[in-house]
Amino acid sequence: MLKKLHNIVEKLRPTFSEGGKLSALHSLFDGFETFLFTPNTTAKRVGSQIHDGSDSKRTMILVVMALVPALLFGMFNVGYQHFLATGELVRGAMTCAMFWKAFAFGALAVLPYIIVSYGVGLGIEFTVAQWKKEEIQEGFLVSGMIIPLIVPINTPLWMVAVATAFAVIFAKEVFGGTGYNIFNVALIARAFLFFAYPTHMTGDKCFVRTEGTWGWDNGQTLVDGFSGAAPLTQLATSTEANLLPVDFWTAFNGLIPGSIGETCCWAILLGAALLIVTGVASWKTMLSIFAGGALTAWLFNQFGAETAVANYPWYMHLVTGGFMFGAVFMATDPVTSARTECGKWIYGALIGFMAVVIRVLNPGYPEGMMLAILLMNAFAPLIDWCVVQVNIKKRMKRAKI
Amino acid sequence: MALSQKTKEVLFGPLNINNPVVVQVLGICSALAVTVQLKPALVMGIAVTIIVAMANVIVSLIRNTIPMRIRIIIQLVVVAALVTLVSEVLKAFAYDVAMQLSVYIGLIITNCILMGRLEAFAMTNKVWDSFLDGLGNGFGYAIILVIVAFFRELLGAGTLLGFRVIPESWYVANGGFYENCGMMMMPAMALILVACIIWAHRGYNKELK
Repeated sequence: MLKKLHNIVEKLRPTFSEGGKLSALHSLFDGFETFLFTPNTTAKRVGSQIHDGSDSKRTMILVVMALVPALLFGMFNVGYQHFLATGELVRGAMTCAMFWKAFAFGALAVLPYIIVSYGVGLGIEFTVAQWKKEEIQEGFLVSGMIIPLIVPINTPLWMVAVATAFAVIFAKEVFGGTGYNIFNVALIARAFLFFAYPTHMTGDKCFVRTEGTWGWDNGQTLVDGFSGAAPLTQLATSTEANLLPVDFWTAFNGLIPGSIGETCCWAILLGAALLIVTGVASWKTMLSIFAGGALTAWLFNQFGAETAVANYPWYMHLVTGGFMFGAVFMATDPVTSARTECGKWIYGALIGFMAVVIRVLNPGYPEGMMLAILLMNAFAPLIDWCVVQVNIKKRMKRAKI
Repeated sequence: MALSQKTKEVLFGPLNINNPVVVQVLGICSALAVTVQLKPALVMGIAVTIIVAMANVIVSLIRNTIPMRIRIIIQLVVVAALVTLVSEVLKAFAYDVAMQLSVYIGLIITNCILMGRLEAFAMTNKVWDSFLDGLGNGFGYAIILVIVAFFRELLGAGTLLGFRVIPESWYVANGGFYENCGMMMMPAMALILVACIIWAHRGYNKELK
């Protein structure tokens, strides 16, 4: 089977190479070839260096695979929340047929976001690659998957398209493409949506699909007293000092309103395990984010003001909102995070700290993870620089004695 | 009357190849602050043009009598007098725009383009050339302001000069699909737009690269 595919690729090669009929699309061809097969080019024999055949495309694919559990669960949750809202489903009374119905509904609702995100993002990448006569840069494989997972399910598709285009052009291509960006591309798309269309990104309407999808279940009436507010939104708008919108295990299991892929903690942790085992993402960054966030939240619990968010238990901070998703999939982005080992601890701890501080102290932003990661993205090079300088000083001192 | 080579350069250079905003990157602060809507941006552009041109003329007239040591103070007095004049005129004849521009009219005095032109041109050139230089730089500034404001008002509010361009019925609130881009209302987006103009401008004028 693979052999056959390889033959097809080899047969098509002349058409796309220099002078061929479709030479204008050579970057597209090259992109698909390396997507299917490991490239046969390795580093030149200059000095001593280690370079295996695994290119960044394979790393990206691993991350996409790690995202799959969160994606599948997100699809199910979209349907689940929808049928809860229409009253077709009662919490706790799940049947097998209902499970598949919810999953199918959610899958149909989520699919357009994935298509739009990949279509727009890869379209721009291919165009730029062709224009600059470069190979296709595969960085968008991951961003294109993360973007649908971090938007609320009621976001209009054209907004996602605009945000994706903005992020790919202004957060990536102008800096020189994959590997040169300062900020996480998917987060820039999310931040653009957040600041450009705030009414669609916050509040109690955006996180649950109340309309049908593709004509299925249109015009349903909602159950009495329905509120689609995510836990953190409820906290931010609450006047009670001790509100607990969900208990720990509900939030951990993720059957709560929220952005598509961010609610289910075990699905995200499954992805995290894959990333850590394969060495793609740094466990140090993840761990320090959790530690920093937990510690900050605990301090607010002890000494903070008497508001619902400040009293929100520290372990709940870690399982609600985008905290876990951001910590596992976005803060660990090898391009935008700190690179020194010691720097990773500092970088992570500061992200956790900032995320909780923004959540607690700024009622305008119920979720602080996005801003925290973007802020620390900007500081990551500085952290690295300081770590390196400290190291140099230490060694200089040692050398003198 | 055919314009001499130098006159042409002085008058039209700032519009394109020597633009104060996108090439010299001066006057950025007000380009961010007053470009949310087209009308204040237009008024601001005109005000700056008048002030630069007049200040250039006055400073050029007295350039041989200004002691070198206190020239900055004298230039400032000239600019301040003109800014006060324009500000009063605006308050008298275009009150609402003056209110929208609020402190930014007064802050023209700190606009780098003004001091830059006075120092770099009016102090060493004749009156007529200085006048043209002021006009050119003022227009060069105004053009960028108007372009930025055009996109910000169109995409951020759906209007142009206060007239509705994008129909009301398109909006989500009225059952449509469209929504204004709130990002356009933020100063950050003005910077990105200016950057885009610089991008296009350099792409067009290869010699600037």
